Parts: sequence; structure tokens; C-alpha cells
Amino acid sequence: MKIEINHGRVIDAKHGVDRVTPLYIAAGTVAAIGAAPAGWSADRAIEARGMVVCPGLIDLSARLREPGFEYKATLESEMEAAVAGGVTSLACPPDTDPPLDEPGLVEMLKHRARSLNQAHVFPVGALTVGLNGVELTEMGELAEAGCVAFSQAESPLTDTGVLLRAMQYAATFGHRVWLRPQEAHLAKGGVAHEGEVATRLGLPAIPSAAETIALATIFALVRTTGVHVHLCRISTAEGVAMVRAAKRDGLPVTCDVAVHHLHLCDVDIGWFDAQCRLIPPLRAVSDRAALRAGLADGTIDLVCSDHTPVDDDGKQVPFGEAEPGATGLELLLPLTLKWATEDRIPLPVALARITSQPAAILGIGSGHLGIGAPADVCIFDPDLYWRVEPAALRSQGKNTPFIGLEVRGKVRATLVDGQIVHEA
Amino acid sequence: MRNPQLNAAGELTHLLTLEGLPAEIIVRVLDTALPFVSIAERDVKKVPLLRGRSVFNLFFENSTRTRTTFEIAAKRLSADVINLNIGVSSTSKGETLRDTVDNLVAMNADMFVVRHAQSGAPHLIAAHLNRTGRAHVHVVNAGDGRHAHPTQGLLDLFTIRHYKKDFRNLTVAIVGDVLHSRVARSLIHGLTTLGTPEVRVIGPKTLLPAAVQSLGVRVHHDMREGLAGCDVVVMLRLQSERMRGALLPSTGEYFKHYGLTSEKLALARHDAIVMHPGPMNRGVEIDSAVADGERSVILPQVTFGIAVRMAVLSILAGT
Repeated sequence: MKIEINHGRVIDAKHGVDRVTPLYIAAGTVAAIGAAPAGWSADRAIEARGMVVCPGLIDLSARLREPGFEYKATLESEMEAAVAGGVTSLACPPDTDPPLDEPGLVEMLKHRARSLNQAHVFPVGALTVGLNGVELTEMGELAEAGCVAFSQAESPLTDTGVLLRAMQYAATFGHRVWLRPQEAHLAKGGVAHEGEVATRLGLPAIPSAAETIALATIFALVRTTGVHVHLCRISTAEGVAMVRAAKRDGLPVTCDVAVHHLHLCDVDIGWFDAQCRLIPPLRAVSDRAALRAGLADGTIDLVCSDHTPVDDDGKQVPFGEAEPGATGLELLLPLTLKWATEDRIPLPVALARITSQPAAILGIGSGHLGIGAPADVCIFDPDLYWRVEPAALRSQGKNTPFIGLEVRGKVRATLVDGQIVHEA
Repeated sequence: MRNPQLNAAGELTHLLTLEGLPAEIIVRVLDTALPFVSIAERDVKKVPLLRGRSVFNLFFENSTRTRTTFEIAAKRLSADVINLNIGVSSTSKGETLRDTVDNLVAMNADMFVVRHAQSGAPHLIAAHLNRTGRAHVHVVNAGDGRHAHPTQGLLDLFTIRHYKKDFRNLTVAIVGDVLHSRVARSLIHGLTTLGTPEVRVIGPKTLLPAAVQSLGVRVHHDMREGLAGCDVVVMLRLQSERMRGALLPSTGEYFKHYGLTSEKLALARHDAIVMHPGPMNRGVEIDSAVADGERSVILPQVTFGIAVRMAVLSILAGT
């Protein structure tokens, strides 16, 4: 199908494109920008005046809740949420039930996702069997089944020897390990950031040291082995500083931040609002400032939604018993734009953090609009305000600290491989 | 963010925590409790203030002492008291907190006295009632996790005011496991709100919470230094679990450094009073000579506790 997108502000960070110009799509790929290809006649013309036309968003962490947690959400609802949020590729963590430690499960997930004809799904395989932190998974088989990387999700891997060997084994086959820097013993039982707020609220706390100690261990292992590591959900100011220093030293590390942590801090817990029960915990105001600065200067490579649908039963309980997580696929774009507007980050730079940068980590050929690229496109209205309400969200996860608040930036159309998969 | 304990007119409609409560409301509770103290000395110990009202004791955590004092307080006000034994109730069958509350409200509960192991549980119940148009059903926090024990804080304030009159001249020391103590947090908020110039916490580093100074207290790790010149010494109970959690090596060492003995008490002012929320571990945080000595006001605390709880229930019932 031949599609032309007219009068939109095309922003392609990777190729330095930022101008109002038409975009031409044919045979599922980008055919041209600016001048129509010879003999062009469109089957469909999308009017994008006042809109931004950018590569489809790439979300490095979105829980689809299948297999195993279908009562919280299903592939159907969450894939709809993804494209409604302009996300055309997403990576899902291995903490399903059962965890993604068998090729059959990975194949089934990919097959199910493909049959829905929406966003591309890139499963992250479990690093250890059952995420138990003891035995390695068959990473070769899992990679063949479609895994793009390996991680422990939120499960601890306390045996440093096992961690070292897991990193080396993954690297042997050219795969990357994604690790959440959290020292298990210091974090045990904690539900909030260790500091003034947790002390006032009487909540068991997780010190910043839980992150910095884990980072120090990981960096030492990277130094020894040369293995590439992607750090998931950095949350402390000290952690950002450590990543900056590690990159300066030439260590092959990348890192991401969850979009909610760019905007919220522990004070937002207020009177025990379980919407703010998140992993990692919301930390202090100074940590939030460092995360924003780190994302601006590139120390933090990208933003992800860390989409985690939690049903009401999981949140309508005392804070310490609440299930951590928030819905995020449909908020990734407006919350990234909010950061960019507030901190005066140029729009192409901000969009790179949710398009070309995550594409680079995943090692996929999308995240840009070069000629011949897959036509994964997001068309959004940067000025449209909308209220975050259960009815406005396609995801079955209606729980987010932003419920009831207005955000700015709404997706008007999403294309995957040149097909319109969402229109509003 | 509006204080969930106050209604639109600024009146107390739930008692969840002393943090953020205006001083006038705290003082009003203490003043209201005064006449209730003498009721205990009469033959007929009842007043009809809460006649026809139902007070439900919703205790998710075991406590005979606190539950009993609330029961006595409610009955002296002529209320009907229902005790919910949560262990065998529907909660153990998986019923949510909200459903439990909804069911009880449907049975015409007027007031819930709630104790829960999780910080914030009473707030959740109060928010649920406020949000579902049942703000006339009042919640009293009888202790939630480490967070707050406001009626204990109030009775401690009442006790201090009884013996020392003016908070604005006092040096108060709180000794022990502040990290895990809702009693300590509530008392600190109450004391600072009423203008106490020097509030000290004394304990080993493992038992003091992060950033505790932000509550408005001075930190001491040396008990002798911390007790110097104190008017009030509040001893907190040490739970045996603390030894298993690698927070302390032994009760013996704890008693040596942080236990209250006559010798250490002598460092405080000669007329200092000794308080303890109970139950006491004799020989662990306090020795018998002090607990039973003339400076101890531990038993009067219990008597005042009933009067203060009667005051809280009657004020809430009038809102």
C-alpha cells in the first residue's frame, strides 16, 4: 500500500532531519522524503499539518503479562495500548509465568504477537533457569527462538561467580546482558527510598547504596571481561555519576531510566499513595534532578516506559503490600515530551531517546526514517492535552500516578511496516 | 494535598497520625480528657456520650492491652463495642481490607479503631470512606506498622503535661528502637508541634532511622550524654526480633549501654519523670528499680490512656 504523509514536521534524529516535508511509504518501507518517487500515486494520504512525524517509538521494557498473568492484561489489550502510544517495537522482560527460559515459550510469544499484526515484539530471555540465579539458560537456543538479550528482570542474582560466568557465556554468542543494579540483601523488604520520607511514613527502606554497590560490582566484572552490559532503570544520583565515569573510562555500558522516575520522587507518595509503589523506588528530589540531567547529557541513553499493568486489587491495599508497577505504554511519549519541554531539550534529542537510541541497544534496523527503513512511523500532535483516565487508556493496566492529570502530546496515527495500525 | 484527618470545616474527623495536626486540636484532646480522668474514680464510671453508637475494634495485629483500653474507653462512653478477631475472620479467607470495611459499615459501624501491621492501612480505610460518601464513619489509628500510634502519643503528651505543665521549657529524651517505633514517631510529632525546644533520640545507629534529624530531633548514641539535664525520659520496648535481624548482638550489651538504671537516671534532672508505653522488658531496656521507683509514671500513663481515648472517641463522635 502506498501512503503519503503530508505537511508534518518530520523528525529523524539519526539522519538529522527536522523539517516540514512529506514522507512517502511503499512496500512497507520508507520510499522517499521531500520529493515523491517517480510515478508516485498514493493509495492513502494522511494529513499531518501541525503534527510531528517521527520513527515509531521503541520501548525497551513493556510487560505484556502473557504468559501467566492474563488476569492482569493480555497480549491483545497491551499491543493495542502500544500502538495507541505510538510504540512500534517493544522488548518484554522475561518475568512472565513461567519465565522466558525455554525456546518454546519465546516462540509462542513471538507467534502470538506477530498474529496480532501490531508492534514488533522482542522478547528478552531469562539469564538463568526460572530466574533462579543459579543455572544458565540455553542462551543459544533462546536467541535462535528470538531473544534479543538476556536479563534477570527484577530477580536477584546474588552469586557474583554465577553473574560473571553468565555474562561471559552470553558474550561468547554475541549477546548482551541487561542488568538491574540492585544489591539483593540491602534491598530486601524495602518498599521506599531510604530517606526522610520513608522515615516519616514508617516504611521499610532501600538505600541508594543498594544501587551503587551493584553498579560497582557490575563495572568491575565488565572491566575484567569486556562484556557489554545494559543497565536497567537507574534511579540514584550517585548511580548516574558512576555510569558517567564508567563511560568516560571507555567501559561498554549503556543505561536507561523509567519514564515515571523522570517526573516523580518520594515526596509524591504523599499519604501512602500505592500508585507510587514502583521498582526501583521513587527516590529523592536530588536523584530526580540527576536523572533528568543524565538523560539530557547522554549518560542515560534512553527512556523506557517499564510498562507494568497492575490490577486494582494490587493497588487498593496498604502501601507495603501493594504490587509495584504502573501502566506506561501510552504515557511514554507525553511524559518524554514533558521532560523535554520543562528542561528545554530540543525535540529531536528527546525523540532520539525513545527511537534511535533504543534501536541501537536492541540492534534492530528501525528507529529512523532513512530510505529503505521499515515504515514504522508515529504521527503525533505535540500540543494536544488529554486527561489520563481509565477510559482513555487501552491498556488493562489503569494504574499510574498520573491518573486524573493532564498530559500533553497525543498520538494520531501509528504505522508498522507501512500498515496503519492505529488512528485517532 | 488536604489533610485527610480533617473535614472541610477543619474539624477532626479521623485520627490517623499526630503529624500535621494543628496544635489547637491536640490541646483540645488533652483538655477534653481532663474530666474523664476523674470518672475512673467514681462508682458509676459511665457517661452517655456515645450511647447508641457502635465502635468496631479492627485489630489485624494482636494486642490485648491497646484493644482492652479502647474497649474500656468506648464502654465508659456507653458505646456498643464489637471486637473483630481478624485471625478467624474473612480476611484470612482472602477478603480485602476494603471489602471488610464495607461489610462492617453495612452493619452500621460508626467508628473503627484499627491496628494493622502495615504503615498506611488506616489512611487507606479513611480515604475509602471519604471517597465513598461515608465520611461520617470515623477511623482511629490504634497503631499502623512503624508509622504512627496517635492515641499513645496523645496520652504521653497528657502525662508530660500533667507532671511538667509547660512543653516550652522541656528537654525530652526518647531511648531505644526508634527505627521500628510508631510510638516514638507520634510522640516526636506531638512534642515538636506543642513547642518542645529539645527532643532527643538515644540509641545505637542500627536502631535509628535514616535522616531522623529531619523529624526535629537531636541524635545521641551515648546515653549518658543524651540523658544529661532531661526532664522526661521515655523508654521504648526492645523486641527480641532485633537480635535476629543483625541489628543488635544481645540484650545484655543493649542493657549495658541503653538500659535505664538508677545510676544513669541520676544524670537527668532530679525531678525527671520516666515513661514507657508498655509492655516493659525488665532488665532489657529498664531495670526494676527504676520501673517501680518514685520517678516512674508508667502506671499513671495507663490510667491517662483510657481518659485520652475517651476524649478522642467523644470528639470524633461529635463531628
